[in-house]
Formats: sequence, structure tokens, C-alpha cells
Amino acid sequence: MTTLRIKNGKVYDPINGIDGQVCDICIQDGKIVAEVPEGSPCLDASGMVVMPGGVDMHCHIAGHKVNLARKFLPEDHRRDVQPRVGSLRSGVGGVVPSTFTTGYRYATLGYTTAMEAAIPPLGARHALEELNDTPVIDKGFYLLLANNVCLNQLLAQGRMEEFREAVAWWLNATKAYAIKLVNPGGDEPWKGRRNANVHDLDEPISGFENVTPRKIIRALIEVSNELGLPHPAHIHCNNLGHSGNYQTTLETMKTAGDLRAHITHIQFHSYGGERGKNPTSAARQIVEYIDAHPNISADVGQVMFGKATLMTADAPLTWLLRNITQDKWVNADTECESGCGILPFSYQERVYTHALQWAIGLELFLLAKDPWRMVLSTDHPNGGSFQNYPRLIRLLMDKKFRDEQAKKANPKAIAQTSLLDIDREFSLYEIAIVTRAGPARLLGLRDKGHLGVGADADITIYDEQEDKEAMFNAARYVLKGGEFFIRDYEFCQDGEGRIFHVSPDYDPKIEQVLKPFFEEYYTVQFENYPVSAHYLAHGVRVPTFRQ
Amino acid sequence: MSEANTIKNAVCTFCGCVCDDIELVVAPDGKSITRAGNACELGRAWFLEHKVEDYPVALIDGQETSLEEAIEAAAEILVKAKFPAVYGLSDTTCEAQKEAVAIADFLNGNIDTTTSVCHGPSGMAFQGIGESTASLGEIKNRADFILYWGGNPVEAHPRHFERYSFKAEGKYLPQGRAARTVVVVDVRKTKSAQEADIFLQVKPGCDFEVLWALRALVRGRFVDASIEERTGISMEVLKDLVERMKACRFGVIFFGMGLSMTRGRHFNVAALLALATDLNQFTHFVANPVRGHGNVTGADNVVSWQTGYPFGVNFNRGYPRFNPGEFTTVDVLARGEADALLVVASDPAANFPRKAIEHLHRIPVITLDPKPTRTSQIAKVAFTVAPYGVSVGGTVYRMDNVALPLRPAIKSPYPSDEEILRRLKEKILELKGIKRQAA
Repeated sequence: MTTLRIKNGKVYDPINGIDGQVCDICIQDGKIVAEVPEGSPCLDASGMVVMPGGVDMHCHIAGHKVNLARKFLPEDHRRDVQPRVGSLRSGVGGVVPSTFTTGYRYATLGYTTAMEAAIPPLGARHALEELNDTPVIDKGFYLLLANNVCLNQLLAQGRMEEFREAVAWWLNATKAYAIKLVNPGGDEPWKGRRNANVHDLDEPISGFENVTPRKIIRALIEVSNELGLPHPAHIHCNNLGHSGNYQTTLETMKTAGDLRAHITHIQFHSYGGERGKNPTSAARQIVEYIDAHPNISADVGQVMFGKATLMTADAPLTWLLRNITQDKWVNADTECESGCGILPFSYQERVYTHALQWAIGLELFLLAKDPWRMVLSTDHPNGGSFQNYPRLIRLLMDKKFRDEQAKKANPKAIAQTSLLDIDREFSLYEIAIVTRAGPARLLGLRDKGHLGVGADADITIYDEQEDKEAMFNAARYVLKGGEFFIRDYEFCQDGEGRIFHVSPDYDPKIEQVLKPFFEEYYTVQFENYPVSAHYLAHGVRVPTFRQ
Repeated sequence: MSEANTIKNAVCTFCGCVCDDIELVVAPDGKSITRAGNACELGRAWFLEHKVEDYPVALIDGQETSLEEAIEAAAEILVKAKFPAVYGLSDTTCEAQKEAVAIADFLNGNIDTTTSVCHGPSGMAFQGIGESTASLGEIKNRADFILYWGGNPVEAHPRHFERYSFKAEGKYLPQGRAARTVVVVDVRKTKSAQEADIFLQVKPGCDFEVLWALRALVRGRFVDASIEERTGISMEVLKDLVERMKACRFGVIFFGMGLSMTRGRHFNVAALLALATDLNQFTHFVANPVRGHGNVTGADNVVSWQTGYPFGVNFNRGYPRFNPGEFTTVDVLARGEADALLVVASDPAANFPRKAIEHLHRIPVITLDPKPTRTSQIAKVAFTVAPYGVSVGGTVYRMDNVALPLRPAIKSPYPSDEEILRRLKEKILELKGIKRQAA
């Protein structure tokens, strides 16, 4: 029996309503408990801040597209190396770090869970292989299903029960955690109609009678709900990055009705103005809708000035931007399932659009009334690396710093927004919501994001400092499952972390529908497609609400 | 034949096609495979020639020894070396590849794969240009324009045409083969060229010039009339090709080592990748390398996700550095830098340049291979391993980066690469006094 008492620390645990009170946290065998026996080891956290481990609900850290980006950017790795320390493996950093470095650097920031946000089903095996090589943190991935030829066919034919069974089969076959939609319906015109795209939710998709982006969105939201998945449909809306796209975002949210839906990196979908012209901020309209609709949640997808890498299943978007930057570009189509684009990128303060994106992201955080449903992400590495989180936290907590930064950015862009008029500064409690409690709750991970009895003992302890960027840059202690991984800023242990997945119940008869499709359309045998338990040495099956 | 002796949907790792529809029939004694249904002639040979034979599991200086002693001897060689190098990896599982990278990391050594002598230049071109690419099913279903450049699938990848390309039924091409234009570009009229609608015979060493002229024509730029004299391809043919490429709905260029390993190397591939990118202004266009070894693509992937770089990686400073030409194995041998070499599933003594082979004779070499090779014959320590895919399970990546699970058919008395490498790694950690900080 391993026990530990953390005492004298200021605890921030929003799920349990603890706001900076000094109290003891007791740990036994990897879980939080009410008490530990007298004489248990003690950690004195005087002058320190104790929080649950951070939870990143939207990042790109594993799988084919991430690995393509790694291979793609040797110039980015060479300036940021990660030497081997003892048995902790070496690697490289930069905007797209190697797997070991990804795990270590998340832990260094005090994060203990991170979810890879976009894996085509055919790439599931690869994604799991990389997640297995991403140490320390717990993780999982979302499954791209909004451009799936087989599902679109079932939808076109109105075979909704089979549609639901097929989705359930796919989640099981790939060991995914949630359903992901990216630019619903956009792949077919991209691959089949000379790099075209869809722009309207009610525009029919070539090749599928009666299927529109809206139908796909509605169907997958309903299925997520019917299957009782712990995390609702995770949606990257159509028209990402286009001026005026907030209308599409509002329409997407309305399509959900009163069902739960999560809109991801919503900053990229909150632009006013006319298509093809300079964007303006529509953060207010977006925030108003979300405030009034508790079934909707979002992560921000903040843009940070400096280097980034665009990597997305939204291939047409990267092609559009590639024709502006003229930089090297990757496109990678996955048969029957997905597209993918990769582009090195840099957000510059002086550029109108980039400064506007930066300010809109901050507006979304600061205007939202309910931080539980507007949580922190940079859509790593699309808006910037996760290694920017400490700076982002400071921007939220420190108005003076924020205004100084805003004054360095394109003044026309900043003037388009209300940023300088906003006085709000996040408290540590609110930071704990947007980086821990909120994402954990939205993910339906009941043992994450809090320090109540029964929670996983994933705990981060920071030295309390005035400069919040410095404070959140490196945790003093990080415990994962009750074990110290970082002690006095140094790694003292390595470990593999767990992989969360769902396996909703389904009728095996659906295989009789899917197998013939595979035989015709795929180049992989139906029997070789599902991912076996071999790839889940540290797998955790999270039950659905129906199980 | 009983059902239990048949393995369905087995995965062939002879070449990068990694066909996963093979039906293996195992001999009643369980020691050999008697039939490999659906396999091509190369795949059949690969499966049928593996017999459980009676080699020693390990040799030191050609003398039979125990596995334990051989692992200890190998670990000592590697730990003592100042510049240990690990090489090969394209014919083994990803699980074994991971162990090999770990060994190089813990040794502060060098790691490189056979990519450096096949599509390494393609990897470098990718880093410079990017790549528009697709999984093979997309090509099967959609490509109405298919071009092979510097490759001969009929002889090297016999099922490529039927499974992934113009001989497969295209789901969005109801007219079948008639709806596809097939072009072959090569320096000689290969068997593959005979299947094409259009064959372009390029003068040897002139691929870059032809590709660059095509790029110019796609962009409407001037091309000098001397192009025909220099490359053997007339302006008329080039212009016709450009019009076809621009007019198709989904185009693909497959490229082989005839492009990546001839004059111009990464410049050739970069020109080709840039051409495919340029064509996306007009239509959907992709380019795919046709890879040789069964899991060379897995090696690229594993080395990339663990180190950030695809091949030619060096850990001398305690972190990965990448420099083809410096840290590629031919070069670290030819310059006489490596002072020990661990070879996994490759035979450099048979196919490296003379200077590199000469150095192989001067340094201790450790080999892991299912069969005796030229390299194992000069090795200080040689392990016999079970062949992957035939007797060992695990993961391999097809040439288009699709990961597939192996379905081994016969039991081997020998350990897998993965097992030997893991034990070797543990021994190295012990000898170097590196404490595991594992939970």
C-alpha cells in the first residue's frame, strides 16, 4: 500500500468547489482518499499551489499526419533538442516534438492527460503505436467519421439504424474515444471534383443523393447521444478560417438542437466580414449563443504569435493557405475516410489576420460567462505549440501584460475587437477550470480533473509566483496515478500512461453490411482492419452511459 | 487439409505492397508452408522457402554458442565501442525496430535504415518540397491518370497493378481500365512499359530535365526546343502529357529507385513532387514512392516518431541529429568512423560500396538474420532469428503508410528480432549502469 499526504498547499479543485483553501490531499494506491494512516509519507507544499493534473482535450500528438509533420520539419527540430537523461529517452522538440519528448514536456507543464483529436480509422493502429510511445501522460484519440464513404452511403439511403451500428462498430474496431467531424462532407469534392470544397451546410455533396453537411452533422450528433458516449460529437465546423464563417458555426450549433455537441478550436470559426475580404471579430455572437445553450461546449484554439504547424484533416484549407505562403505542403488522402493537409506556419503580430485571430481567441475566453464550456487549447500545433500554454495562462490572468502584448500587434486588428476594453483577469480557480476540471468534465472522464475522493491521483504542484508564465512553465512536483514523476523539477520516473477508449455495444450483423463494402472499396482485408488488444497494453475502457 | 492448418488473410512482407489477402497452408508437421494462395511468384517463394532448419541460434567467431553468451558478447562489443552503429531494420517488425532505436539511444550511437540506400533521397525531397499523396485505395478507386516513373512493378511488385492501380476495379471509374490513362517513363522498355498506353523512353540520367520541362509546361513557361535532343522526349509528347495530366480528375505518379538512385537523386524526386503539387492548381494530383522492403516504411515511421528524423540519425551528443551523407551507414563505414556495427535484417557486406565493405572487415559486426548472409559470415556475433510474417507476429507498414498486423503461420525454434534486441538492450543498460526509472 503506497500512501502520501500533501499538506499546507493552496488547493484549487473547482469540481469540488475548493478555491485556494489550504487543505490536505491524501493518496493511496494511485487514488485520492479521505485519509491516510498516521505516519504516512508527507509532502510539505507550503507556498505552493496544488491542482489536478492538466487535461488537454484537443491536440495533435500521434498518428500518420503528425509523423509526416515530424519528418517534414528537420529545421525545426535541430534548434530544440531533448537529451537523454538516464533511462528517459532522448528526442527533439520544436513545434512537432518526437513522441517521448511530447510526453515529457506535457508532464513538465503539469499536464497528465492529452487527447489526439483527429485519426482516420485506417490510421488507428499507427496512432496507437505512437501513443504507446508517448510516456507519462494518459491519452486517447478521436475518430474521423464525417467524410466516411460507407457511412455517407448509409445516410444517403436513410438506413439510420445501420448507420448507428456501423459507427459503434467503427469505434470498437479502432479503440477510439470519441467521434470527430472535420469539415463535414468536404472530402468528396476535394478528392473527386478537382480540389473543390463545400461551403454551405445545405449544399448537396456530389456522389451522395440528399446528403448535406448538415445531415452528416445531425446524424453523428444523434449517434453520439444514442450510444451514450462519454464525450459528445467533437466538431471542426465547415469554412474554417473564412471571413463570415461565424454564421456556419452558429448554424452548426443550431443543428445540434438541444443535444450535446462540442465545437472545437472555435476561434478559427468566429470570424465576421465577407468571404474573401478581411475578417472581423464575431466572438460576441459566438459567446452569446454558447452562453444561452448549455448543451454546447467549446475549446478555444488560441493562436499564439510565433511558429506553428497547420495539420488538419481539412485538406482544402491548407491548400488555400499554401497558395498564399507558397511554402512546402503535404496532402495525404486516406481511402474512403479522410483527407489531410500539413503546412508550416508562423503567426506574426504585424499581420492583420494573425493579430485578429489572437485577439478573438482571448475575447472568447474573457467574454464567455461559463469557463466550464470554453476551455483552453491552441489546437496544438495549429495555433501554436502546447508549450505556449504558460504564456496563454498569463495573458488570461494579467491584464497589464495582455494589453502590452496587444499594443505590439497590428493596431487595426486589435481595434476591430473589444480586447482592450475587457478588464477581466482569470483567477487561479478559473485557470484550474479551463485547463483541468472543464476539459475532464467535457470528456466524461470522471476520475480526472479533480482531487475529490476516488479521483486518479494526478496532481500538479507549482511554486506560487507573481509571474504566471514562469509559474506554469515548470511544475515543481507532478504525480501521476499517485507516483512521483517529477520531484523538485526533475524527472524521477518514466512510465507509459494509459489509453482511454470506448466500446459501445453493437449488433454484429452490421459486419454483413460493412464487409462487402470493404471488399469493393478498401485495399485492406476486412479481417485485418480492426485493431487488436495487442495495441492496448495500457488500455482503459471507459463505459458509455448505456453500459 | 484441416482448417487449423490454414491461415487466412496472412500478410506478405516480401515487398512494400504488403498484400494482406494471402492464404497460407501449413504442412502437417508444422515446419513449412506448402501453399501461399493469392501470392505472386515472389511472395510464394518468400513463404515456401522458409523451412525450419538446423542452424545454431548464435555464433561467436563462427563457433556455436548459447544465446546468453552471444547477447553478453554483443552487448560488450557495443558498450565498448566509441561509435557503435545500428543498421538495417527494413525487414523486421516495428516492435523490433523500436528496440533497435532504443539501443542506439542508450549507446549514444548511430541509427540508420536501408532507406538511406533506396528512398533516402525521396525522404530528403519530401523535407524540401512536401508531398501530395494518398493511400493506395484512393488510387484504385479514383485515379484516371496513372504514371510510373523509374520503376518496374511487373517484376519488382507483381501485384501492384492488380491490387492498387489500373488493373483494379475503380469504384468511381465504371468504364474500368478504359477510363484510365497509363503512362510509364523509364530508360528502357521494361515489362511494365509494355502494359502502358504511353511509354516515354528517357535518356539515362535525364529524368530531372524532363521533370523540370514538364513543370515549366504546366505553368505555361518557355521550354527550349533542344529538350528532345537532350532527353530523348519530344516537345510534342511532353505537351500531350501535360494536357492529359491537367485534364484528369485524379492523377498519380508512382516513382521508384530509377528516379531516387540515379543522377540527380533528391533533386529528381523533388522535381517530381513539385510537379505533382503544381498540378493541384488544375486537378487532384498525388505522388507515391513505390517502396521495396516489406517494412521499410515502418522503419521510417518508427525512427521518425522516436527521433524526429526518418533515417541517418546520430545520438553521439546524447540527442538525435540528422544528416544524410554524414550519419548514413555507407558513409560512417566508408570514412572508417564506426567501430562496431549491429545489423538487423540486412546484408550490407553483399551490397554496400567497396570502401564500406572493407571497413566492415576491420570492425566487430553483430548480425540478426533468419539465414546466413555475407554479413553474418564475417560477423563476430551472429544470431539466427525467426522470420517475421512467417513465424513472428507484429506490425508492418505498407508503402503508403498503412499499418497491418502480421499473421505468422509456423512456429520457429528461434527467437524474434524483438526478443534478442530487447535482451540486448537490457544487457547494455546493465553494463552502462543506467538505472531504469520505470514505475
